[in-house]
Amino acid sequence: MSPRIVYIAFNTFREAVRDRVLYNLIAFALLLSGAAIFVGQISIDIERLVVVNLGLTAVSLFGIVIAIFIGIGLVSKEIEKRTLYTVLSRPVRRWEFIVGKFFGLAGTLVVNTFFMAIGVFGALLYVVHKFSKPDALILVALYFIVLEFLIICSLALLFSSFSSPLLSAVFAFSLFVIGSFADDLRGFAAMAHGLTRWVATGAAYLVPNFSALNVISAVAHQQPVSGQLILNNTLYAMFYTAMALSGAVLIFERRNLK
Amino acid sequence: MAAIEILGLEKTYMVGFWRKRPKRALQPLHLTVEEGEIFGFLGPNGAGKTTTLKLLMGLVFPTAGTARILDHDWTDPEVKAQIGFLPEQPYFYDYLTAHELLDYYGQLSGVPAKDRKRRVEEVLQRVGLQDIKGVQLRKFSKGMLQRAGIAQAILHNPKLVFFDEPMSGLDPLGRREVRDLMEQLKQEGKTVFFSTHILSDAEALCDRVAIIHQGEVRGVGAVEALTATVQGKVEVIWQGAQIPASMKALGAECHVTGDTVRAVLPENQQDAAIDALRREHIRLIAITPLRTSLETYFVEKLQTTPAASAAGKTLGTAV
Amino acid sequence: MTATRRTTIISAACLAVSMSACILLLRHIDQIRPKATIEDVLYLNSPTTIKRASVGFDGLMACIYWTRTVQYFGHRHFDRAHTYNELAPLLEITTTLDPHMLPAYQFGASFLAPKPPAGAGEPVRAIHLMEYGIANNPNNWRLYYDLGFVYYTELKDYRNAAEVFERGSKVPDAHPFMKIMAAQMAAHAGDFETARMLWSATYDSSSEENIRQNAVEHLRAIRVDEDVTNLETLAKTFEERTGRTPSGIAELATAAHLRGIPVDPDGDAYQIAPDGRVLVHDPDDFPFITKGLPPGYKPGPPKFHAQR
Repeated sequence: MSPRIVYIAFNTFREAVRDRVLYNLIAFALLLSGAAIFVGQISIDIERLVVVNLGLTAVSLFGIVIAIFIGIGLVSKEIEKRTLYTVLSRPVRRWEFIVGKFFGLAGTLVVNTFFMAIGVFGALLYVVHKFSKPDALILVALYFIVLEFLIICSLALLFSSFSSPLLSAVFAFSLFVIGSFADDLRGFAAMAHGLTRWVATGAAYLVPNFSALNVISAVAHQQPVSGQLILNNTLYAMFYTAMALSGAVLIFERRNLK
Repeated sequence: MAAIEILGLEKTYMVGFWRKRPKRALQPLHLTVEEGEIFGFLGPNGAGKTTTLKLLMGLVFPTAGTARILDHDWTDPEVKAQIGFLPEQPYFYDYLTAHELLDYYGQLSGVPAKDRKRRVEEVLQRVGLQDIKGVQLRKFSKGMLQRAGIAQAILHNPKLVFFDEPMSGLDPLGRREVRDLMEQLKQEGKTVFFSTHILSDAEALCDRVAIIHQGEVRGVGAVEALTATVQGKVEVIWQGAQIPASMKALGAECHVTGDTVRAVLPENQQDAAIDALRREHIRLIAITPLRTSLETYFVEKLQTTPAASAAGKTLGTAV
Repeated sequence: MTATRRTTIISAACLAVSMSACILLLRHIDQIRPKATIEDVLYLNSPTTIKRASVGFDGLMACIYWTRTVQYFGHRHFDRAHTYNELAPLLEITTTLDPHMLPAYQFGASFLAPKPPAGAGEPVRAIHLMEYGIANNPNNWRLYYDLGFVYYTELKDYRNAAEVFERGSKVPDAHPFMKIMAAQMAAHAGDFETARMLWSATYDSSSEENIRQNAVEHLRAIRVDEDVTNLETLAKTFEERTGRTPSGIAELATAAHLRGIPVDPDGDAYQIAPDGRVLVHDPDDFPFITKGLPPGYKPGPPKFHAQR
């Protein structure tokens, strides 16, 4: 395994870190966590509920936005700006480029989530004054959110490898929304007949299953998350990411750069 | 061993929105570039120069044909460690500094870590980019970017360098420096393949050139050989209103303006013209070359149809 | 093999393998999460909150919740569940998001009121749902029908049922049937004929599979109850005449001049017990019968038949 992937990943990370958009979005997410404190003060019982719900939702949504914003630029921007020319004229394989970009973006998002999570825990500490054991479940929810990010990154890369930045963003975001309703899509497929059933079933299985990765409500109510689910979700995210990246590699290997 | 062997590379694009129609960017190209020479790839804008370079770099895939670079298949990723490429109007990651950019490229080209820092400094010195530590590339002027581009092309000490319009964006001093650099590269035993539409540079630097127009090669050969086939013209200005008979015999076109005569005649008649004036004791005011001979050749080749230029091709390649 | 070829083959293989793995994992995850689609109903069952959270996409969310409702009920019915705690919230949410989603009211009428395992056993909530529907769709006679239906079948409140049918018959373009039912309800509420009319109307006017099946079962049950009532009356007559109970159904058939052995809707002959009671051959086939059951009979899980 050549170190080129590591070099590309690190450079991608560096690019993300020097992008001012990133900081604005993180700041906004932290702001939302802080705001949750005020919203929760409406009622004593639901303070914790609001902070966890709102905080984790903010981490999730802003992370998705960041993933899409930066992800779409990964390949399409490089092609449009022709910064790729001097990279691909070196002994870099096209697939190494894709994989390196992915790890760079994934790394950025993990670091991101870390900082935003501090915001959520900080807000939580403020309202409950002391952590209790079920609060560890928040870490599970955050882990699942990171898995969501990995999937979205790989999808953003996939779309970025063949379409313009704007279209890639639209596709990736649409898949995020549809994926959040994946359970309902499968339910609808089960109820349909004939051709609709086939199409809906196909779509239901291809769309990323974000509903399974969203345990925010459960965690807010301090409901446990089964170890089986954690394991299966991890495997699912890994394989889904691999699928999207394989697609990206296949497309990018063949692409004539303008 | 030939540095570059292009064997019938061709590229056809499909253009159009609804009904795609084929557009031939490059006709089947056959070309050989020898090791250690400076080879010029000349042509007007849109001739297919950049397409050829992109094909060789593997950025674009050919419709047909193959190529060999340094005796490897041109798609072999390993051979890229031995070539350098400067694209036309290069863009770089503008959030990086020149040092970071070159270090990154060095990593990708496989320059060992212990040599990298030293080589980056050396190459920056060589292209004349000093005192830019910590300055992000987005703040570079066009000329500085071009120099950075050259730096990244030669950073890893490649055997073969491809330049696409290397002089663009440079002031006369910069152009002089680049020409010197290219001569140095040749001294170091490297092969240089560069495309340009500035003929004076090609004439000054190249051992051999190829002229391409509308996707087709119109002539290949050593500069002297090509220019030998065409005649340049000179303009001779002398005092008085007298036109010697011998001048007319040389086929000069003469115009009398006030108390000087201006005559245009073929370049190879230059000495005969001077003799004629001396014999008549006429005072010579000026002799000026009107057009370079390569330019004449170039324009001529651009105007001929493909069939006619085939004859011209064989003349060149025989060299 | 060139580098490109190799990369293509490896990535294509990777794509195929990961896609298969994803599909398999998804199915597995589905099994781990049986309460998947109703999760938010468990935690967030306030219809107004959900309406606010829908940020204007009420119609779409209503469709999504309706899909979830049908799925939820279908799964639990199939699994022979004994509780349907989430059915009422799901229906309430659906109708809050879209008060004009008429199928939801029909569904509620058929399945909210009856006791488990046939339904959720919440007739009061069912009535509230119908009244809410009527308030939002005052010109829809069908909703009055649904409300009257609940009063009649579950609450056996014939007076209110008749009143509701009367109200419904006054709606412009009401089906003439409404007036007939109002009259029927007032006079012969407890009759088999009335019940049969009601359930036939439900079967004919609904396109929802679950509702039709339910109606079929009720019609079969009415037929059995009617048959058993008649046969027991005949048996009593026989006993008065002969001083003993019939020895078998064949003897009763002959004595009462019936055309052949009386059979139930499944084609099985009725049986007569020594104490003169008439019994069905297989009570499990008829989930809603009130007569013809052997003593101490405990109903098993409901079965559903497609035909009348």
